[in-house]
Amino acid sequence: MTATNEAKRPGPGKVARSREAAGISIANVCHEYRPAKGRPVVALNNIDLEINDREFVAVLGPSGCGKSTLLYLLGGFMPLQQGRISVNNNDVAGPGPDRGIVFQNFALFPWKTARENILYGLEKQRISKQERFDIAQHYIDLVHLTGFEDSYPSQLSGGMKQRVAIARTLAISPGILLMDEPFGALDAQTRSIMQEELLAIWSGSPTTVVFVTHDVREAVLLADRVVVMTARPGRVKQIIDTRFDGGMNAEIAKSSAFLDRVDVIWDLVREEAIAAESAEAS
Amino acid sequence: MLVTRFLWRLTPLLLLAVAWEAISRFGLVSEFALPPFTDVISAFARLNEEGLWTHTAQSLYRGTIGFLCAVFIGILAGILMAWYRPLHILLNPLLRCLYPMPKSALIPLTIMWIGLGDPSKITLIFIGCLLPVVLSAFNAARGVDHILLWSARSLGASEKRILWEVVLPAALPEILSGIRIALALAFILLVSGELIIANNGIGYLIDLLGEGGDYSGMFAGVATISVVGFLADRGYVMLTNRLLSWRE
Repeated sequence: MTATNEAKRPGPGKVARSREAAGISIANVCHEYRPAKGRPVVALNNIDLEINDREFVAVLGPSGCGKSTLLYLLGGFMPLQQGRISVNNNDVAGPGPDRGIVFQNFALFPWKTARENILYGLEKQRISKQERFDIAQHYIDLVHLTGFEDSYPSQLSGGMKQRVAIARTLAISPGILLMDEPFGALDAQTRSIMQEELLAIWSGSPTTVVFVTHDVREAVLLADRVVVMTARPGRVKQIIDTRFDGGMNAEIAKSSAFLDRVDVIWDLVREEAIAAESAEAS
Repeated sequence: MLVTRFLWRLTPLLLLAVAWEAISRFGLVSEFALPPFTDVISAFARLNEEGLWTHTAQSLYRGTIGFLCAVFIGILAGILMAWYRPLHILLNPLLRCLYPMPKSALIPLTIMWIGLGDPSKITLIFIGCLLPVVLSAFNAARGVDHILLWSARSLGASEKRILWEVVLPAALPEILSGIRIALALAFILLVSGELIIANNGIGYLIDLLGEGGDYSGMFAGVATISVVGFLADRGYVMLTNRLLSWRE
């Protein structure tokens, strides 16, 4: 840890920082919500999943299938009830800057400007003030927020808020990026632009990404593999490889191979969405 | 432009002053019950020479100390109560008992326990102001969106840091409105404490002038503390807007 901290110190004018390789191993994970009143709800049932270093994995499923729960367990925000989650063979025991997270509702600190939000995580690291500033500026530029550094979240649009949140998380160079329906609160045009930009950023410096969504096209577009989950209690229904030869680009996203893959996964998700609805009705 | 608007806003007050003067001068009500406005103004000028400001300063000293102590201790206690359950269990019953109690009923008690001087009045103001601050800080701290806490944790912040760097600023809007209530309470308790028993302060002065039959002087005293209270509240609102300038 200390060795890499030393190594990732950027030279003047450079902010490229090394990250630790981060594979994730999820074994036999179950999770149950126990409300104060009413019956306990099983959110996750026996999840097994191996995610390789620098792999982009999307988790798809109907609402309530526990996909966000899985992400929160990976983040260490909730105690693990059963099973094992490890990153590079180290058990996850609480949140940490090795696993950055981006939430659907941005979760920015509203009393801090865009820049101050991005600086927050950097201030927790042992790097000089000038370096922190340079790193923050690098990520501000990377997510195209140049000119809005000193705006407060209340002055920014939804898309820009999410750019700040992504920059804030990327700035601490986490080995793993957890994304909880990050574009779910954005309008269709903004979402599509954000997807392209995330893909570009990720291609530029790949990290391990776990991306929760209920948008099938988004999952196929972004991910190397798509994990389809069943209706509650959530289990892994199927894992589909969604890599395309030559990587993802605008052309491939219009190709019939791409659309076929979206259709196949759509059918899987639809089955589960119907199951979830009939369970809801009963 | 700004001056014109300011003058327009003063118009209702000017009309009130004119009506006041007329009612009193034409004998619609007794001069004892409502001395003419111009008499009150001249009484104000007279009192100005006779220690009105010394008394006001004395009151403000008591009020400020009691109020500021309540603000600092109240914020600290409220946030810590929301964070550490044992503290909540310990303090909550006390707060629940104190909350509905009219704080002015404590005036004789504080005098009996602490004496006639400044400490008993400061204590009274402190206790009265403490409750709205503690309760707003507690509720606000408990209501902080857990997603913000999760974000801070995953960005590498320690729990202690999160308390001051995330919980306090996130709770600040609600805490600030609790403090505004405390500010109004501070004036109420200050004057009522001094009216009952004191040997200086604006409440004492009002009481003294009334007893002595100087009704225009008494009105001037009431007007003075009202204006001071008004200015304190305006100043506080300006401070609040500054502190919360990040809100749209």
